[in-house]
This record gives sequence, structure tokens and C-alpha cells, in this order.
Amino acid sequence: MSVMASSAPAASRGLNPRAVRMIEAILIPIGALVVSALLFSIFLILLGKSPAQFFNLIWVGGFGSAFSIQNTLQRSAPLILTGLAFAIPARIGLTLLGAEGALVLGGFTAAAIAIPLVTGGWPAFIGLPIMAATAMATGAAWIGIAGWLRHYRGVNETISSLLLGYIAIAIMNFFVEGALRDPGSANKPSTMPIGDAYRVGPIPGTSVHWGLAAGIILAVLLYILMTRTTFGFAARMTGGNVRAAQAQGLPVGFLVVACCAIAGACAGLAGFYEVAAVHGQANASLVAGYGFTGILVAFLARQNPLAVVPVAIMFGALAAAGGLVQRRMGMPDATVLVLQGIIFVVLLVSETFYGRIPFLQPKTGERT
Amino acid sequence: MNHSELFIVLIAMIGGAIRVSTPFMFVALGETLTEKSGRINLGLEGNLVLGAMVAYAGSYTTGSAWLGVLMAGCSGLVLGAMHGYICKLPKVNDIAVGIAFMSFGTGLAFFFGKPYIQPLAPKLQAIPLGFWSSDPNIAQALQVNPLFFVGIALAIFMWWALANTRWGLIVRMTGDSAASARAMGVSVDLVRLLATAVGGFMAGVGGAFLSLYYPGSWNEGLSSGQGLMAVALVIFARWDPIKCVYAALLFGAAGALGPSLQSIGISQGYYFFNAAPYILTLFIMIASARSKSAAREVPGELSLAK
Repeated sequence: MSVMASSAPAASRGLNPRAVRMIEAILIPIGALVVSALLFSIFLILLGKSPAQFFNLIWVGGFGSAFSIQNTLQRSAPLILTGLAFAIPARIGLTLLGAEGALVLGGFTAAAIAIPLVTGGWPAFIGLPIMAATAMATGAAWIGIAGWLRHYRGVNETISSLLLGYIAIAIMNFFVEGALRDPGSANKPSTMPIGDAYRVGPIPGTSVHWGLAAGIILAVLLYILMTRTTFGFAARMTGGNVRAAQAQGLPVGFLVVACCAIAGACAGLAGFYEVAAVHGQANASLVAGYGFTGILVAFLARQNPLAVVPVAIMFGALAAAGGLVQRRMGMPDATVLVLQGIIFVVLLVSETFYGRIPFLQPKTGERT
Repeated sequence: MNHSELFIVLIAMIGGAIRVSTPFMFVALGETLTEKSGRINLGLEGNLVLGAMVAYAGSYTTGSAWLGVLMAGCSGLVLGAMHGYICKLPKVNDIAVGIAFMSFGTGLAFFFGKPYIQPLAPKLQAIPLGFWSSDPNIAQALQVNPLFFVGIALAIFMWWALANTRWGLIVRMTGDSAASARAMGVSVDLVRLLATAVGGFMAGVGGAFLSLYYPGSWNEGLSSGQGLMAVALVIFARWDPIKCVYAALLFGAAGALGPSLQSIGISQGYYFFNAAPYILTLFIMIASARSKSAAREVPGELSLAK
């Protein structure tokens, strides 16, 4: 009854609740970005730097030339995948921060399994799929552990997934400094290089690696999975109310672990591309913070797999322009981190405005 | 490994436990206070890193390590107060805000910390409690920093104050049932804001220990998740300040395992032993989740408990 009463006036004003939600989901994050930019400008002015120059450099460094656009896309590829790795479990109500660990471990296992494949002389069209599958399986298992512990043991998934991240990095260091170390890598311990034959080339006509295409395809597939299938409906229902989902007989445990495994597979795939397309071997360069930026990407995209893509490209541009800002304005590389931190905080503050923007709300009767 | 080597490892682990445990202790005590008031602050890792940077910079500019500690605490206080204020807004998720503050605090620390990576700042001086022994290993292990004792005193004070004072009662009531606190005329938001801010202060002081005593310099890899492990440790310690001290010592010993074994020449698996605290935390979380006593002692308003 109350639903009827509140939605009828809104409909008479040409705004149905679904449209209102969509408008909010676009307006509020953009508003948060604008406010963040203003706050960051104040920060720059206090430091005696020019905000106009900063934002101009971000634009030039991110999208100003064909080279910078390709650089941006290159950096956004892992962010799409790690953004998806946060967004999918978020739909089922989990706050999982395990993408960093799954990316590192996925990349490492891909590089490790490449060693016997390369020495055994297997062709790349067999070897690369094996590497990718290994990376995805490792990532899926790694984040799957956090989901399993959450559902069957009641362990807080946020903390456990972060701890698993540190353990993943320790595992990679253990092998990279020991059994699997390439004797030629003196200053930066690494695994044996996978070799040119096993390198994933760029998308034809560009210098961007195939990870970007994989990320976009996965984003579309996961959007369909989460919004158009029974699985997605059940997962979202579980995210809304676990007890109601259990009462309906939904396989909650399976759904939780499956969503986590999907997330881990995405992050592991990002690790595969970092190894096979960017670094050519596994080493500490894999620990680049992609997993953590992915969290911010997913929050800004409101956990919508399709929206993850443009948001990831935006943060890819920010990362691509970081070096230019560093050189031209004499600011440390952590500048981007400060900006990201401000965006993150403002974005979460903006959550409070959902359903509370005055002109979007239906008039409820005569009470004011 | 013969007897004297085992002895060296044990002494090194005890010494390491005392050294490494202090930041855990401060963060865990701060988190205990915050969680007792019914809110969780996952962002104390950010307070820890920012505190470490501010302490080092403060000590370098003022020439007094203790002023640096105070400034670190104040930086933590500001971050904590911001967290507390934001979380009182409707529809804002305190766990997500914690993640945001983790990255915000770390970003600020890295940004302003760049000029302080090279210079040497005055450090906190240790109290040589091992003076009675001629064994250099013991003397080394019993170099205890005064902040360690401050932490223990704070734990005892918090334990007493939470149980016996009006303020302690208000904090516990807010954490267990916001509705009854409101019925008593207590401003729930204000209590939580203050508890989060003071908790943030403590975490900042813990960060000062990292940069001003052990490891004793400022760099970007200074904290490796201590702030986060301390949050997990609070669950293990059942929101009891005294147990926080024991838990911190246990974690310190686990963290000292790798370096102690290295001191007698066992360096194989160094990286694996470095992961010991994380693995220990994970197993403790698995063991303590869903236990009946934990369910009884968790503050009722905590989102962790729901």
C-alpha cells in the first residue's frame, strides 16, 4: 500500500522508480568525481601547484595522443579484470579484497607452468591456453578459499582475503628467490623468461595487448550472467538477504563460492596477461596495486560489470599520466594515490545521497 | 640445531616479540575501543602508515622523537575523526569507508613522506633491561622501548576503565545496544565519533614506533599489513584489552621467527617464515569464528557480528 502511494505521484511526474535509480547511479558518482576534483584542486593550491596544469596534464597524458591513448588502454586492461573481481562478489554481498593476491599468484603460476612447456618445446597455441587456464584456476581457488571460509566457517571475508594477498606475495617471493629463480636476474629476482615465442602480441594495429579485449568480453559476459540468468538472479537475491535466499532453498554456499571463483579467475587472468604480455616473467613487478585500484573502480562503477570498463579506462588514464605529472610538475608518484584516496572517500560519502536527492523524490502526500 | 642455537633462537624470538609486538598492541587497543563502541575501523593500516611518516618527519624537524610520537597520534586522531564522522551518515558502510581510509592514509603518507626517506631523524631510546647479563644475546633482546610499557599501561587502564567507569559503561552500552544508549539520553554518534578518533590516535602512535624505533626509519614498505592483522587480532582477543597484549606478543613472536632463524644461519625458507604472521592470523580467525564464547562477547552493534 505504501509502495503504491509513493510511486503513483512519481509516475504522474513521468519518473518511474527504475529511471530514478538509473539517474542517481549516474549523477551521484559524477558528482562525487567533481567534488573530489575540487578538493584535490584545493590540496594542489595549498601546495602552490596549479590545478589547471594538473588536470591538463592528466588529459594530455591519458588521451592527448595515439601513444597516450594506447598507454591508457594498456594500463586499464588489468584494472577492468580486477574491478570485475571486486564487483562480482559484491553483488552477492561480499567485500573481497583478494584481487591483488589472486593476480600475483595467477601470474606466478602461469610463469611457473611455462617453464616445462617452453623447455618441452610445446608450441605457443597449446602452451598459452594452458598458462591462462592455470592462472585462472589458481586465482579462482585463491579467492574461492576466502568465500568458502566465509560461508562455511563464518570467517570475515574482507580480512581473510587481504591476508591471503600477503600470503600469495610471500609464496611468489619464496619461489622466485629460491627454486624457480632465473640465475640471470641479479637485481630483481624473477622466474625464467617465458621467451618471445610465448609472448602474447598486441591487438593488430595497436600496441595494446589482448588483455583489454579479454577484459571487455568478460565484462559483457558477466553482465549478462548477473542480470539475465537464474544464477545472477539467485546471487543478487542472496546479496540482498541471505536468510531469505536460504529459506527459498537457494544453494547459497555454492553461489558464494562460485562468485568468488569467478572473481579469482578474472584477477588470475589479469596476472596471466601481466606475465605473458607485459613483463615476460614473474617478479615483484606483479605487485603493482592493480588489485587495490580495482576496488575503487568497482565502487565507482556501482558493481555494474559494464560500467567497470569506462571507469577502468579513466583510472588507466590517471596511471598513464602519472609519469608526466611527476616530470612536469615535480610532484611525487604518490600524487595519483592521494587523488585516488580522495575520490574513494568522497565516493563513499556520496552513498548517503541515494534516495535523498530532493527533486528526484516522489512527493509523498501533503506531509513535508 | 643444538642447545645453544635453540637458546639463541628462543631469546631472539622473545626479544623480537617485545620489539615487534608494540605496533600490534597500539593498533589492537585502538581498534578494541572503536569496536567496543559498535563500529569497525578497517582503515587503521592507513593511520599506522601515516603515523609512521608524520612521526619521522616530526622527529626530524623538531629534533624530539617524543614530539614526533605526539604528532603521529594527532594525525591518527584526525583520520579517525573523519572516519567516525563519515560513518554516522546514513547508508554509509563502515567496512568500505575503512578500505577508503586505508588507501587515503597510505597515499598521504607516501606523498608527504618522499623528502624524509633519506635523512636521519632522532630515534626513541630503548631502556637496557638486560644490563645484568653478560650474554650479548640477552642484553640485545632486553633492549625494551618505553612505548612497550606505555602500551601495557594503556591496556591495563582501558581494561579497568571499560569495566569500572561511567565512560566505560557508556562506550560498552553504545556498542551493545544503540537503542538502549539512546533511551539513556546518550548520543550514539558522538560516542562512536570519539571512540573512533581516540582509537585512531592510538594507531598513529603505533606507527610512530615503526619509524622511530623498529625497524627505525621511514620508507614506503615500512608497514606490511600490521594494521590489518591487528584488526583480526582484536577478534581473537575477544575485545579484551589485556588479551590484546598477549595476542600482540604472540604475533610479535611469529613475526620474529624468520629473522631469528636467520640469525643462526637458517635462511632457507626465509620468505616462507615471513608469511608466518599472516598464516597464523588466518588460522586464528578460522578457529575463533563461530565459536560460542566469541558470539557471547562480541559487541552487539558490530557489523562484523551480523
